[in-house]
Amino acid sequence: MKKPFDLHADYQPESFEFNKTFKKAVKEAIARYPKGRQQSAVMPLLDLTQRQVAEEGAKQHPPYGGWVPRAAMDHIAEVLGMHKVKVYEVASFYSMYNTAPVGKYLVQCCTTTPCWLRGSDKIVEATKKHLGIGMGETTDDGKFSLMEVECLGACVNAPMVQINDDYYEDLTPQNMMEVLDNLSQDMQATVGSQTGRRDSMPSSDPTTMKDRAKKAKVV
Amino acid sequence: MLSDKDRIFTNLYGWESFTLKAAQKRGDWDNTKAILKKGREWIIDEMKASGLRGRGGAGFPTGLKWSFMPKDIGDKPHYLVINADESEPGTCKDREILRHDPHKLIEGALIAGFAMGAHAAYIYVRGEFYNESSSLWKAIHEAYDAGLLGKNAAGSGWDFDVIVHRGAGAYICGEETALIESIEGKKGQPRNKPPFPAMAGLYSCPTTVNNVETIAVVPTILRRGGSWFSGLGRDEKNAGTKLFCISGHVENPCNVEEEMGIPLKDLIEKHCGGVIGGWDNLLAIIPGGSSTPMLPKETCDHIHMDFDSLREVGTGLGTAGVIVMDKSTDIIQAICRLSQFYMHESCGQCTPCREGTGWLWRMMKRMVQGNATVEEIDQLFEITKEIEGQTICALGDAAAWPVQGLIKHFRPEMEKRIMEYRKMAA
Repeated sequence: MKKPFDLHADYQPESFEFNKTFKKAVKEAIARYPKGRQQSAVMPLLDLTQRQVAEEGAKQHPPYGGWVPRAAMDHIAEVLGMHKVKVYEVASFYSMYNTAPVGKYLVQCCTTTPCWLRGSDKIVEATKKHLGIGMGETTDDGKFSLMEVECLGACVNAPMVQINDDYYEDLTPQNMMEVLDNLSQDMQATVGSQTGRRDSMPSSDPTTMKDRAKKAKVV
Repeated sequence: MLSDKDRIFTNLYGWESFTLKAAQKRGDWDNTKAILKKGREWIIDEMKASGLRGRGGAGFPTGLKWSFMPKDIGDKPHYLVINADESEPGTCKDREILRHDPHKLIEGALIAGFAMGAHAAYIYVRGEFYNESSSLWKAIHEAYDAGLLGKNAAGSGWDFDVIVHRGAGAYICGEETALIESIEGKKGQPRNKPPFPAMAGLYSCPTTVNNVETIAVVPTILRRGGSWFSGLGRDEKNAGTKLFCISGHVENPCNVEEEMGIPLKDLIEKHCGGVIGGWDNLLAIIPGGSSTPMLPKETCDHIHMDFDSLREVGTGLGTAGVIVMDKSTDIIQAICRLSQFYMHESCGQCTPCREGTGWLWRMMKRMVQGNATVEEIDQLFEITKEIEGQTICALGDAAAWPVQGLIKHFRPEMEKRIMEYRKMAA
């Protein structure tokens, strides 16, 4: 299958600059660290890059999601007074920086043991089938990329996936399809638990703080 | 069972708002100035008396850790760093504090920072927790606007800043020196110790790194007194309350705050609706996050959930991430998936871990199929022993322990798999 945003594609824009809004955010990020320690802002700046690219990508046809072009890393090195390679080193070390284009919605399936025990294999299978792509691939329309990731820290709401900034929890193959269908039409899907339970409380009635639960109209 | 009057995290499930007004109604930021006025020494002594041990996994006494910071502030500023890089499989408690009770954490940061002579705290939140760090930022801004942070924080005369630093997907940054490297804008690879962070940590300055839950319980402990906290739990070394995360094969997986030392069976039956298919359908439990060796059912029947009880049976409380596995579980695959996790997360700095975690995973994959010899089980064990203790940080140990636990308790199952594979191949 054709993959317009192949993770191994060598597409790189020639230049990168932060726009006005993001320039302000860059300045704020640098100001959070002591004078002379501006290198600390390299992670926030890589993140801001992905967010700006994602904003631009959402308007394109086909759309794309947030990633860090090499020109952006070079720009960050200049802004922070770092060697370029020190920025590449950080960008390639952390798994959340995409160094190649991805789809508008980056679907990250957790398959580590706590999710696996609750059926993450079924979620992965259903998602692959529904989107018609495998791990590391992007759909033709540029909307979805699929990734397998390690524990995302929502184990009592397993199985779960992360799509862009949001967690989708307590998944079944059925409600996962609903999430994907909503996003494919650019409609907001319900974030968090897909079964209507309140975050990480037991799906039965609460076993603690029953008075508070009544007051908050949880039961 | 912990009674509601002794509960610290009264908004664990987000039934109420996380914002300042709601937090103050729950008792947060209530005359914080008075606590600070009692002075650094009083705070540290009271923390020592409370018996609080670090909630991030290692269980080091908190008051003692704080006392390692230099008494006087020299040329270099002191830093408090809060570890919210929650990534240990099975663990999802700090997330609830960040999104539902951030003011407990921020108030705790001010008190802890003051006690160790720090004017700034960096909170390192795992990158995937984007929404959680947004809530935290919002709460921090509220605290600044209300004069609880910044110059003369809470009217105490002490200046204090709190800054959120987001990670970007690296389990290793939960290790305190890797976390410090990461804040400095480098790849997160652990440092050799000594020097310990209390001497040379963030920007080579005296630094203490504490877990989110550890810092978030501080204000309540100091308001209610160290003796209140130490009076809860099993004994003074296993004191207080603890957030437990129970995942896997239980009817109702959940997070819950309970008394330290609660029997594991009670925890599961009272809060999680029991093991799927009943207690007798239980196979094994990983008690404290993925790196702690598993317990077979017969130990689960009577074990108490605290640091020392679990250590006595060759495992640990860790983060209190309880992963329950019933008899339908392919226990070899369950551990194999953890081996894959540690291989993926090894930072690559030390050879035994960089190479060894890959060896473990590849051998474990064959053990899942049974495509191995019985002697290779011994070899697998031997490899874990060559990784354990031979690396800069504990990730190597964390990769070794689950496999050791498997061999210790389920060797017959592994041998059976090998025999079955041979039969099929023949």
